[in-house]
Amino acid sequence: MLRIDKLCAGYGRMQILHEIDLRVGEGEIVALVGANGAGKTTTLRAICGQLRATSGTITFGGASTAGRRPDQLVRDGLVHVPEDRALFGTLTVEENLRMGAWTRPVAEIDKDMREVFALFPVLAERRSTIAQTFSGGQQQMLAIGRALMARPKLLMLDEPSTGLSPKLTWAVLDAVKAIRDTGVSVLLVEQNAKQALGIADRAYVLESGSAVLHGTGAELAGSAAVRKAYLGL
Amino acid sequence: MSDTTANIRAAALRGPVLKRAALTGGLVAIAIAVALIRSGSGLVVWQSVVTGLLTGGLYGLIAMGLTLIFGVLDIVNFAHGALLAVAMFIAFGVVQGTGLHPYLTLVIAVPALFLIGAFVHRGLLSGSGGATLENQLLITLGLSLLLENGLLMFFGAEPKTVALPGDFQFSLFGAVVTGGRLYAFIGAILIGAVLFYLLRRTRFGTAIRAVAANGQGAELVGVNVRRVHTLTFAIGTACAGAAAVLAAPLVTVTPTLGDQFNITAFVVVVLGGMGNVAGALVGGLLIGLVEQLTTIYMGGQSSLLGVFVVFLVVLFLRPEGLFGRKS
Repeated sequence: MLRIDKLCAGYGRMQILHEIDLRVGEGEIVALVGANGAGKTTTLRAICGQLRATSGTITFGGASTAGRRPDQLVRDGLVHVPEDRALFGTLTVEENLRMGAWTRPVAEIDKDMREVFALFPVLAERRSTIAQTFSGGQQQMLAIGRALMARPKLLMLDEPSTGLSPKLTWAVLDAVKAIRDTGVSVLLVEQNAKQALGIADRAYVLESGSAVLHGTGAELAGSAAVRKAYLGL
Repeated sequence: MSDTTANIRAAALRGPVLKRAALTGGLVAIAIAVALIRSGSGLVVWQSVVTGLLTGGLYGLIAMGLTLIFGVLDIVNFAHGALLAVAMFIAFGVVQGTGLHPYLTLVIAVPALFLIGAFVHRGLLSGSGGATLENQLLITLGLSLLLENGLLMFFGAEPKTVALPGDFQFSLFGAVVTGGRLYAFIGAILIGAVLFYLLRRTRFGTAIRAVAANGQGAELVGVNVRRVHTLTFAIGTACAGAAAVLAAPLVTVTPTLGDQFNITAFVVVVLGGMGNVAGALVGGLLIGLVEQLTTIYMGGQSSLLGVFVVFLVVLFLRPEGLFGRKS
């Protein structure tokens, strides 16, 4: 589904990513964990087209993403939810969701919206609410719901647990598992390595812009190095 | 728990708007009462109110275009007035050349201004040259000088008029209303309503508001943000085009008449809240009213003075505008 080879990228002259290799297969949750500044967000920004790779290749669904803008990649099924969620704050919940389906045929929007409402019932109850009045957890659900409206093949989530209580974090991560079970691949960036590894099928550990470790979620959660460096155990 | 807080927050956003609307209405009532005492004639004041509101509709339409461009693109378009002048000369030229009814030139001037707006955005503003606020300011200011002097070159400086065939006047409870003014008002309100419908009820309009709310978010749901910017700039410019045609029979057409409309429109935009389209329409009506009442207070040629006093007071007390939210 997603294949990254020797990806280098950065801002201006500052190189952040150093030859990252990464794979995301169909219907799996892949977690990207690592400390602050390890390059997790930069990796996602390079994949979704917000940041140009300086070298290396990114192929999505068999085609190179080089030179494609984020809005074009959404049409291909690659949808990114940034850490700040980038919601349309002055629009209602329903308008946010309908905008999520911008690339979709109008006739299918209502059906897709019912599926999102089934996953996040709170959005159905509050569909006429202005998004910026939402609490952090509700905003995260709306951001994920809006992304699902585009019918992604690969959903990328940047720190979905930011600002959420542990209980809400689990609710969001449960939803991520439910999304994976519908056949959508998920690339999940988390600082909270413990929870991310808990639900991930596979995971990569990023350190100073390089992927230093790679394995199944359980393997990494059990690895002594990871436990020491990222789980504080 | 979070449900209740969200409800409270939503109510908190609605409440002050109603309160401010009531306050504004109160101030207007006081202003009218003072004008009554000052002039001692109900008829004079009534005439001012009617003329002020009718003219204010046009101000509202011009300001709607300006505020739309600001709200979505963050561009303060100093060329808005000059573009309006261009549209007025298109109307003048077409009427002179073909004898078409002035209002029918809408079908030429509005699409023409739409295209000019699209080209201006694509050619001058959307590239890296228009990336910073200072550059945008200089580009639009330069463009306005270019357009005005271009008009001077082609049409000369002597004032021109666009006659409205079959113009009439009637008495509205004693106030004299000309057909041209009434049509201009109705036209402005109708076009404003169409714009409002476009923004609130259509898929494309929702995309425009989405880009205004969060450009990055719009890009991440698949919106071609640059295209929405270009179309929004074009729509905003087309509003100026429509207002120009409606206003053409009411004014003397000169290459620099855009300046005065531009200044008034900026005041209206700030009054209504930068980027607030509905606020611009209400602000337009208010400024039309202020302009007329000022002539009662001070007499003669002082109409803009009152406008600027209101402008400064609003900037001082409520820089986010009457209907804007604090940010």
